[in-house]
Amino acid sequence: MPISIQMSLAVIVVVAVVTFITRAIPFVIFRGGKEIPETVRYLGRVLPPAVIGMLVVYCLKEVRVFSFPFGLPELIAVAAVVALHVWKRNNLLSIGAGTALYMFLIQVVFVN
Amino acid sequence: MKRKGNGYAAAFRAAFPYTIPVLTGYLFIGIAFGVMYQEKGYNFLWAILMSVMVYAGSGQYVAVNFFAPGVNLLHVIFLEFMVNIRHIFYGLSLLERFRGMGKKKLYMMFSLTDETYSLFFVTKVPPEVDEHKFLFAIALLDHSYWIMGSAIGALAGSLIPFDAKGIDFAMTALFIVIYIEQWMSAKNRLAAIVGAAAAVVCLLAFGSENFILPAMICIMAALLCGRKVMEPKEERSVVEHAD
Repeated sequence: MPISIQMSLAVIVVVAVVTFITRAIPFVIFRGGKEIPETVRYLGRVLPPAVIGMLVVYCLKEVRVFSFPFGLPELIAVAAVVALHVWKRNNLLSIGAGTALYMFLIQVVFVN
Repeated sequence: MKRKGNGYAAAFRAAFPYTIPVLTGYLFIGIAFGVMYQEKGYNFLWAILMSVMVYAGSGQYVAVNFFAPGVNLLHVIFLEFMVNIRHIFYGLSLLERFRGMGKKKLYMMFSLTDETYSLFFVTKVPPEVDEHKFLFAIALLDHSYWIMGSAIGALAGSLIPFDAKGIDFAMTALFIVIYIEQWMSAKNRLAAIVGAAAAVVCLLAFGSENFILPAMICIMAALLCGRKVMEPKEERSVVEHAD
C-alpha cells in the first residue's frame, strides 16, 4: 500500500461522505413535511429526461471524432441500440446486442 | 395493508428483471475498479469496503488516484464534489416518492447512482407490490452488483478468460434505452432534447473533464425559463390530477 492504513481509511471515509452529501442535499433542504414549492415539483418532473440525455452524452464524452477510428464504433453501436429498441422494445436485447456489437467493433474491426 | 415478510420477496422478484442491464454493466465497471485498486496494492477487502461505503462509479475511479503519498484531504473533497455534483439534482425528482420510507430513506439517498436514478423512471411498479419496497429492492440489487464486481476485479481481474474491452458500453446502451423509453412515452420530449443539447454544447465548449457543471446550470436555466413551453397548461393539469 502506498500510504498508511489510517490514511487509506480516511480517504475512503472522506470520499464516502462527500458522495453521500451530494446525493442527500435536496432531501435535507426539503425535509420533513415541508411543502415542496411548485417550481421544484416542476423541476422534479422535467429534470429526469434532461439528465438522462446528459448522461448519454457523458458516457460518450471521450469519443474522438478527428482521429482514428473517428467515433465510428460508437456511432454504429449507438445507432444499432436505437434501431433495435425502436423495433423490438426489448431492454435486454437492445443493451446486450449493442454491447456485443461494440466490443466486436473495437476489438476486431477498428483495430489500429 | 399487506402481509408482512411476503412484501419484500415479491418486491425483489418484480425488481430483478429491470436490474439485469445494470447487473451486466456494474459487474464489468466494478471489475475494472477492482483491478485498478488492486494494482495500487489494495486487496479485495479494501475494494469491497470502498464499494459498500462509497458506491459511485466515476467517483471511485477518480478516488483510486488519491491513494498515493502526499494525498491532501481537501483536494480529495474538492475533486469528489466536482465529480459527483450532478447528483445534487437527482433528489429533486424523488422528494415525494421517498416520503414515508422511514429508515430506508437514508439508504435510498445514499444509493442514488446514475443508473439507479434512471431505472426509477422507467420501471413500472406492479400493482401487487409496495412501491417503497420495490424502489428499495432496485437500489439494493444494484448496489450488490457493484460490490460483487469490485470484489471479483480485485480477486481475479487478471484471470478473466476473454477480452472484456468495451463491455462498459452496456452502461451507455442502458441510458440510450431509457432515453428512448422516455421519448416514446411522449412526455417532456422538449426537456429530453434540452438535456442532450446542453451537454453537447458544454462538452464542446469546456472539454470532457469540466463540462458537467456548466451543462447542469444550462439545463436548469433552460428548464426554468422555458417552463411555459416545456410543460403546456393542459399537460400540467393532467399531471396534477394524476398525483
